[in-house]
Amino acid sequence: MFLKDYISEVYTGVSSLLKGMRKTGYYFFHPKEIITEQYPDNRDTLKLAERFRGEVVMPHDENNEHACTGCTACELACPNGTIKIITKFDISPEGKKKKAIDTFVYHLELCTMCNLCIESCPSDAIVMAQNFEHSVYDRSKLTKKLNKPDSKIREGIE
Amino acid sequence: MYTETQVIKETKEGELVINMGPQHPATHGVLHLVITLDGETIKKIEPHLGYIHRSIEKMSESLNYRQFIYVTSRMDYLSAHINNLACAMNVEKAMQIEVPKRASVIRVLMSELTRIASHELWLGAMAMDLGAFTPFFYTFRERELITDIMEETCGARLTMNYIVPGGLMYDLHPDFQQKVKAFVKQFKQKVTEFEDLVTNNVIFQARTKGVGILSREDAISYGCSGPVARASGVSCDIRKIYPYEGYDTVEFDEVLDTAGDSFARYIIRVKEMNQSIRIIEQLIDNIPEGDTQAKMKAVIKPPKGEFYTRVETARGELGVYIVSEGGMTPYRVKYRSPGFSNLSALDHMARGSKIGDLMATMGTLDLVIPDIDR
Repeated sequence: MFLKDYISEVYTGVSSLLKGMRKTGYYFFHPKEIITEQYPDNRDTLKLAERFRGEVVMPHDENNEHACTGCTACELACPNGTIKIITKFDISPEGKKKKAIDTFVYHLELCTMCNLCIESCPSDAIVMAQNFEHSVYDRSKLTKKLNKPDSKIREGIE
Repeated sequence: MYTETQVIKETKEGELVINMGPQHPATHGVLHLVITLDGETIKKIEPHLGYIHRSIEKMSESLNYRQFIYVTSRMDYLSAHINNLACAMNVEKAMQIEVPKRASVIRVLMSELTRIASHELWLGAMAMDLGAFTPFFYTFRERELITDIMEETCGARLTMNYIVPGGLMYDLHPDFQQKVKAFVKQFKQKVTEFEDLVTNNVIFQARTKGVGILSREDAISYGCSGPVARASGVSCDIRKIYPYEGYDTVEFDEVLDTAGDSFARYIIRVKEMNQSIRIIEQLIDNIPEGDTQAKMKAVIKPPKGEFYTRVETARGELGVYIVSEGGMTPYRVKYRSPGFSNLSALDHMARGSKIGDLMATMGTLDLVIPDIDR
């Protein structure tokens, strides 16, 4: 009986191993079913989802105008103090004082891409961009100024 | 923490104290186990925590009720979605807000997808601990589909922050239903591969059957929950006992086993994936139309009092306890994480077994260290 048990044990052992090997062998001979992506060689064809949260950007139109009113709703919504808005007072041609942003400081090194600032923005001035390759050699490069130089607020946004 | 002299004093003749971790490939994180050995037999295991402590509970006290939710994604990062759900449910309970039907169905769908993704990562990682390298890639292939779905709808792959108090951050992506159906179809075909590769493998069975046995009484007294307790025969599925977000309207079974060994814990998780697929199949075609966000004030100020909610994460019961003083930020936040209680049973389970078996016992506990050490 001992010999019979021994042989049957060897048989089940070898057969279960072969069963597993058959699966791996299948993929060895069917390389088309392998789904590995060759990053970074596929950078040109790499498509990220449109909602993917990479970094906060402020879109400007062709007249170098943005939609940020400087209401600091995003600054208050941010859990990490990533956003810092410095405001100034613009004087309009009629002589009225109007609040506008001077610098929109964005600390990428502190950002966790939680999307709370974009949700809180009443004028949709900031959006999430899909860029995810953020590594730089100097940490100070991660502190960004989002509004472009000499940009203005778009007409009709309060 | 022991000082060096204390260790020497407490060690008997012939015993050996070794440190496993904090940098060890099988601990999946910075878990530090101080193991007292007699030859190859384990005499005592003492987990030392604190290597990845980020004081999430204290941090939550300084953030307002919308902001503190994103931090909980970093606790149990494999079921980030369910952690966010627990916190959002707590705030809704405090504010007495009814979530729209569409939002709660999507929440359930996302939770179940997260559960499958978590179990798949666990399956691959545990098989790798036990020496099987290939299953890791096979499980990650299916998991990749889920992370792609998450990326498309939630905007992130791991730390989603999709659930906010009152509903969801934004509506589903138009491709969501089609992609989930494709995933379900592929998962059903490929789940047999795991069985061929891992479950029916003689080496795997020999290494897990009868190893790390936890009896029913011990599972209860150590406060274990989730698949660890269910493998010992404790019925503890929060989705069944205290249904939330409409889990009482879907059909699924609570998978139970009585063996209590590592193999039972493995089988429970594989069967749970199939149950999650069952829930997804019931809901994917029946997502009601409507809003995804209930009307809420811009500043959330819950009334004075204490609020507690619990959910079933992939690892077990997660409880969120919030004390509110009526202000903008919580007065105290406490998380009851499943991993901490499950880890406390490790010493009892592994005592007297060989050190080689510790890998199987620890692997099937499904420990996520940032969840244990918040």
